[in-house]
Amino acid sequence: MTGQTKGRGTLKSFTISLTINGEEKMVPVMASDTLLFVIRHHLGLTGAKPSCLNGDCGACTVHIDGRPMKSCLMLAVEAAGKKVTTIEGLQGTPIQQAFIEKFAFQCGYCTPGFIMNCQALVEKHPDADDQTIKEWLSSNICRCTSYAEIEEAVKSVLKKK
Amino acid sequence: MEVIGKSVIRKDALDKVTGRAKYTHDFQSIPMLSGKMVISPYGHAKIVSIDTTDAWEIPGVRAILAGEHFPLTGEAIRDRPPLAVDKVRYHGEAVALVVADTPRIAKKAADLIRIQYELLPVVNSPTQAFQKDATLVHEHLGEYKKEEDSTPVPNSNIANHIKIRKGNMDQGWAKSTTVVEASFSFSPSDHVAMEPRCARAEIKHDGNIIIMTSSQAPFMVKRLIADYFGEEIGKIVVHTPYVGGGYGGKAPVQLEILAYLASKAVGGKPVEILNTREEDLISSPCHIGLDATVRLGADQNGKFHAAEISYWWDGGAYSDKAIDVTRSGAADCTGPYQIEHVWCDSYCMYTNHTYASPYRGFSHSELSFVIERTIDMLAQKLNIDPLEIRDINAIRPGNRTPTRVLLNRSNVGNLPKCIERVKELIRWDKGAILEVNPRFVRVKGVSTSWKTSTIDTDAPSGAILTFNRDGSINLMSGVIEIGTGTKTILAQILAERLKIDLDKIHVKMEVDTQTTPEHWKTVASRGTFMAGRAVLKAADDVIKQLKNIAAIVLRAPVEDLEVADSRVFLRDEPYTGVPFTDICYGYKYPNGESIGGQIIGRGNYILRNLTHMDQETGAGKPGPEWSVAAYAVEVEFDRRDYTYQILQACSVVDLGKVLNEKTALGQVMGAMNMGLAFAGRETFFYDELGRVMNPQLRTYRPLRYGEHPKYLVGFVETPQLDGPYGARGVGELGLMGMPGALGNALSLAAGVNLNNLPLTPELIWKAKGGSQ
Repeated sequence: MTGQTKGRGTLKSFTISLTINGEEKMVPVMASDTLLFVIRHHLGLTGAKPSCLNGDCGACTVHIDGRPMKSCLMLAVEAAGKKVTTIEGLQGTPIQQAFIEKFAFQCGYCTPGFIMNCQALVEKHPDADDQTIKEWLSSNICRCTSYAEIEEAVKSVLKKK
Repeated sequence: MEVIGKSVIRKDALDKVTGRAKYTHDFQSIPMLSGKMVISPYGHAKIVSIDTTDAWEIPGVRAILAGEHFPLTGEAIRDRPPLAVDKVRYHGEAVALVVADTPRIAKKAADLIRIQYELLPVVNSPTQAFQKDATLVHEHLGEYKKEEDSTPVPNSNIANHIKIRKGNMDQGWAKSTTVVEASFSFSPSDHVAMEPRCARAEIKHDGNIIIMTSSQAPFMVKRLIADYFGEEIGKIVVHTPYVGGGYGGKAPVQLEILAYLASKAVGGKPVEILNTREEDLISSPCHIGLDATVRLGADQNGKFHAAEISYWWDGGAYSDKAIDVTRSGAADCTGPYQIEHVWCDSYCMYTNHTYASPYRGFSHSELSFVIERTIDMLAQKLNIDPLEIRDINAIRPGNRTPTRVLLNRSNVGNLPKCIERVKELIRWDKGAILEVNPRFVRVKGVSTSWKTSTIDTDAPSGAILTFNRDGSINLMSGVIEIGTGTKTILAQILAERLKIDLDKIHVKMEVDTQTTPEHWKTVASRGTFMAGRAVLKAADDVIKQLKNIAAIVLRAPVEDLEVADSRVFLRDEPYTGVPFTDICYGYKYPNGESIGGQIIGRGNYILRNLTHMDQETGAGKPGPEWSVAAYAVEVEFDRRDYTYQILQACSVVDLGKVLNEKTALGQVMGAMNMGLAFAGRETFFYDELGRVMNPQLRTYRPLRYGEHPKYLVGFVETPQLDGPYGARGVGELGLMGMPGALGNALSLAAGVNLNNLPLTPELIWKAKGGSQ
């Protein structure tokens, strides 16, 4: 454990163990580091995006033990011992294929967060109705598409289930 | 047509759904210093003192920039200091910049910089700015360096004044038996690209300046930094990877300048500045606001004869691109209607708001709201069907635009046809009003729009094609992939021309200004048109080279050769030919002798026959063509609390030729979504100190999933003869008519003229006299 004392307060750095995309990693973090910061800057996984850093837009969404979580709102230390999945951990899923085929992305910046949210929805609620889909997906903002494309993509996967 | 028109899968698709697509802030291999701005908390204030003592106490702080007179910047008028000196002119303006080892340290130090301000009176709207005794935003307006065709008025807040004088107003009013007059107003808002702006700069020992930025205009970054700071243009290399949305907001050059200055302050070390969402909303340029008055006259048959229009654009604290927005708004001031007598004054006003940048539509969505609302008021007065009055006056070949360009079948789309299709799609025959019950009513509103892209008259675009040994082709274009899919379209254009399999085309997504030919800016729906033309030319260049070498190999004249399916062959004997793989890197004879070399194709395009607008009358040719569209919106309105739900939104766009259907649909529907948000809910709220009260995405709310209506989209194909395969620009049209159509629907539903944006229930309540 290393410490640095300057100005007003102490910045302490710890090493924690994170399970990311099925791999266990030892990561140096500070108590105040968000999970988003750590997965991007220490683990080099840049699929989760910074956008509002305030929980408003969902661009940084990852899975914590299979549940969608805005990684800008979670401290890295809180993720110790939990299973973290980022977009890099999703390979060839039906929802990714549906996003491609339904043109459910444009600039692509919100896409990883949207896909992570959709994937969790598909896993947790394979029979989701319109209201449930809306409740889940209204936590993310897409500024390029009309949402109708995303709606089509997620429904095409739900239907297959 | 083999590939044109097909909804081929985008070339960037796999990158984007797997998290592998890299944006500026994602490149993290080199250690970076971090730049952090200190921004003004007030709209207008004198800077009394800046104390950096405490900030310097933080270990890891490498430089603090503040209070220094850097060269003034700005595109049309050099009115903007990179960091405010002497006074701040808007809430969010950068006053100081800390450069430190990490973002955390930079933020901490920035928070410790103490700045004393003395409040000044705030100019909070363009109307206020226009008053004779208004507080001046710029006291030395007359002294700034400027472009020739900008017309700032010293000792006023007028940064630019564009005039349109067409026909004879007395005659126009004489023919008008019915006249309506109305005023309109809405505040600035924002683009809200999901990727906040990010820029990094490094100055190497040899003086080379390496910049990476999330920009729609890396070539302009290069040009302006050279220009502003006297750098050698060839030593500046600007990299732009994928860009996470722009919509015009990333066309201005702002953070790049700060990153460059920051790097310079630390001996050239690489420095990155990443906007927070709050900074991205209020510190970087925003979406322009507008105050307007219109007087429109028609005869008893509904034919328009005269329009007198005044636009006061809210350019904000610095003129930058707002000058051009003002000009563009004047050029197309009437909307897509034939009006013989037009008088328009379009003013770019300085205010104490965040300065404006282009916003999807570049003045046309804003003026469309103004014009379309006026037309509905006129139609109501004349008791003429709103779609009919639009059809009667729709711009057609043979008419002249406000800047007196003669229109023909190629340079303007078919608006009457768009109107006709909207009529069908929205089931206009079922009526505009449907009573659901005493509380709810369903109402339809319609609108139209047009646009020409008034970009620089000498704007260029270039393309380079290189062959790989397997006969596949690398396509290099300066168009930025900001989400529009243009680079996939370019590959389709190339595949069609070369009659080659699309999979054999590799598109370079990243742009760097050293190895990529220039595409002026990825703005104004000009990507497909200009870069498409350049790609066609490059394809022809490649075909010529392939045929030349094949002619030697096949011992046949070039005119007997055809190119298709990755081979060159004899037209009359298609089985006699030579594959690309044998000639694209030169041809090698059996004995080892070789001829030719790697085939490298080049193509360029420059806008042609465009002219500046006359300073007194506006006459001139500001753009190459006018694209048109018609729209409708259906809402369910609650008479009890004035809330409403948008049930259906319809756009019929004349895009010349559909190049990739799903991409085109995505462009139109996405733009409609953005337009409905602009129309219905997005605005900055200012307090009396000029502070933006809602600089966050939970108080500034774009549409979310589930709030979207059902989209009805139709395409009309009237070819633009000089566009690639007849295509017109499509990226902006879906947005432009939404505010007008929604405004018309709600005005009808509420039974009151709604001439402000955004169209919130509260606004309707106030218009109904609810606040009294």
